[in-house]
Amino acid sequence: MDTTAQTDHDPALTGEGADKAQALVYPRIDCKDVSVFYSGKQAVFDVSLPVYDRSVTALIGPSGCGKSTFLRCLNRMNDTIDGAKVTGEIFMDGENINSPEVDPVLLRSRVGMVFQKPNPFPKSIYDNIAYGPRIHGLVEDRQELDAIVEKSLRRAGLWQEVKDRLAQPGTSLSGGQQQRLCIARAIAVRPEVILMDEPCSSLDPIATARIEELIDELRKRYCIVIVTHSMQQAARVSQRTAFFHLGHLVEMGDTDQIFTSPRERRTEDYITGRFG
Amino acid sequence: MADHIVSAFTDELDKIAADLMRMGGIVETMILDSCQAVDRNDHDLAKDVISRDPSVDRLEEEVERQIVSLIARRQPMAHDLRSVFAALKTAGELERIGDLSKNIGKRALMLDDAVSANMRHGVARMARPVSLQLHAVLDAYATSNADTAKTVWESDDDIDQHYNSLFREMITYMIEDPRTIGAGAHMLFMAKNLERIGDHCTNIAEFIYFQITGEYLMPHERPKAPNTGV
Repeated sequence: MDTTAQTDHDPALTGEGADKAQALVYPRIDCKDVSVFYSGKQAVFDVSLPVYDRSVTALIGPSGCGKSTFLRCLNRMNDTIDGAKVTGEIFMDGENINSPEVDPVLLRSRVGMVFQKPNPFPKSIYDNIAYGPRIHGLVEDRQELDAIVEKSLRRAGLWQEVKDRLAQPGTSLSGGQQQRLCIARAIAVRPEVILMDEPCSSLDPIATARIEELIDELRKRYCIVIVTHSMQQAARVSQRTAFFHLGHLVEMGDTDQIFTSPRERRTEDYITGRFG
Repeated sequence: MADHIVSAFTDELDKIAADLMRMGGIVETMILDSCQAVDRNDHDLAKDVISRDPSVDRLEEEVERQIVSLIARRQPMAHDLRSVFAALKTAGELERIGDLSKNIGKRALMLDDAVSANMRHGVARMARPVSLQLHAVLDAYATSNADTAKTVWESDDDIDQHYNSLFREMITYMIEDPRTIGAGAHMLFMAKNLERIGDHCTNIAEFIYFQITGEYLMPHERPKAPNTGV
């Protein structure tokens, strides 16, 4: 039985079924002149970029271009790095997430993150998912927690594979399953935005296809930003693509346009494999 | 444009372009020679034109095979993607031009010796601007010149006017002397073939323009002559 239909108060669900045109109307996150400095050295230069709801935005570019650094601004992960400074404004639902009133821990429950290497907690599959809802006080009793665990695993496309072994350690799963477990863990706290930093780079093509299928499913409910080194992946999963180079946002547009007729020469050279 | 980091990718795209130009060169002479065969009542030349068509077909297959392989192995993007798309479509158009020229050659063999030089000249006259169109569009391809491609695309009107005038001329011959109806009918088909070749050149111009600019030429914006010949 699908428990998702019943007790769902997920604010991100309200627009479910909205078509693409509607989904792209307003930015869920609006970045204005964002710059990032590491110990005084500038890594990202004045990036202004809207991230639209219920769609996937892909950030592409060569290594060191600032795409991951920029991604980490969206849930203030750079706060955790000594000597890092972020300037500019990042609005989420009209509120600047860098303002001192915003609690970064709360922000990170609204803006979940999935990393390059699957990093399940050294706990059971069940507890990996249950951990977030427990510490954020999202549940009243065990029954409710069970429902969240099942719902999250279902949404991550993992339920059928793990429902009979929830007590086993998360690390006992395969790489692709671990990554889907991390995605389930991220969505268990009902985020509005999911950030993914090269989520498939350590997975085989089949596991990658499963994650891509999952991303396509998740975008109906969430705003997703993905950093990827695979241009084919960006082309496959995203609706908008932003190309970064040397810390600058060179071009941003509809994915179709970026991969068939990019406006900027640097984008063209990068995506056609001509970059020197 | 700079070379790819993987130089074999550049080599493969160059090979496709070279094969396409070879195809273009063959069909360009097929147009002229088939009409020359009509004009001079030269059956040997007509047979020679017919014998060249299989080589055009083989080149088309070869271009297709290379493109399918390149897409599978290299997943071309942006300009590369547009250029393989344009090459694939252009190869199909050139193959059709080859077929239409071959058909003119076949009809040249069916005209009896009594057909007047005046009737024969009409087709040869029309062949000249048609082959020039093809030459210009292949030139646009070789030099990646979007302006030339657009000029070809806009000037198909001239060929349509040639066709309309040849159509009326043949009708006049046939009305004046019903014994010319057989030859006249063949001439009308040849003229129609040439007019179709002009249309294929226009299509090629569209693909090349898209390859170079990433933008589509809109067919409804193209100047068009009134079509009295259908």
